Amino acid sequence: MEDAGFIVGSYVVTFAMVALVAWRFVRHGRRLAKQVPDDEKYWL
Amino acid sequence: MTMIDQDPLPPRASTSGTTATRATRLLGLATIMSMAWLVAFGLGFSPADRDQEEAVRILYVHVPTIWIAYLAFVVTALGSAIYLFGRNHSLGFDRLAGASAEIGVAFVAATLVVGSLWGRLTWGVFWRWDARLTTTALLFVSYIGYVAVRRLGGSHHQRARRSAVIGLLAVLEIPLVHWSVRLWRSLHQEATVLDPGGDIDMDGLMLFSLFVGVVSFTLLYVWLLMHRTRSMAMEDLLDEQGLDVALEARRAEASGR
Repeated sequence: MEDAGFIVGSYVVTFAMVALVAWRFVRHGRRLAKQVPDDEKYWL
Repeated sequence: MTMIDQDPLPPRASTSGTTATRATRLLGLATIMSMAWLVAFGLGFSPADRDQEEAVRILYVHVPTIWIAYLAFVVTALGSAIYLFGRNHSLGFDRLAGASAEIGVAFVAATLVVGSLWGRLTWGVFWRWDARLTTTALLFVSYIGYVAVRRLGGSHHQRARRSAVIGLLAVLEIPLVHWSVRLWRSLHQEATVLDPGGDIDMDGLMLFSLFVGVVSFTLLYVWLLMHRTRSMAMEDLLDEQGLDVALEARRAEASGR
């Protein structure tokens, strides 16, 4: 069952990497958004 | 310290503290649902391959991540070209290019790590200096350089100009990566889906699993891109305000003498 570890591991690694990037983007966005008035936010 | 960790100005009143909107929340939900489908089809419903056996399941994440990385770098090149050759030299396109490159780098990193796991099962080794692997590593390093160049000093337009040139040059590596398996003798298999002959020699359920992977990572890419471009717009705004505050303080200091 060595293969199963590699196969499941590849999914875990991929999802963990993209989740880490997503978390950093959202956290950074939240930190900046507190310092910028809403009228400067084109997406609101 | 990277730009991402900086807090240039103190908090202000009347702000909503997020880069999310209704659209990004719906997109995020769709991404999570499609990822669940990917796990179900990739690890459960799709059959084992005749030659690769169970290792083929890795390809349902490995192949979409590199395709989306290609897409991200093409978007970087398009954003760079529009900034550089457009009439307005809009920084919005520069930020689109920068955000897309950052996401592409993350996707290539995932491709390299997962590809090495697939290589261990299929070839018996994690890494070979094979044409496909080497050109993909070169692509990764090139865009790390692109992201690093964006963080050098200077005005926003200086940043945009120099990174646009790199973005337009680096994208030329993508055909090299894609065709490397044909240009050189390579251990890596040739394209199965993006075959120039047009014949897709895959089981229907395998092809569908790959399709679910491509849809999942495309949705994720768009979601990440929306959040990151919004953050970058705020970074630029706070940079400008920080510069204005510093200039005002310098003028006040000079007039006080």
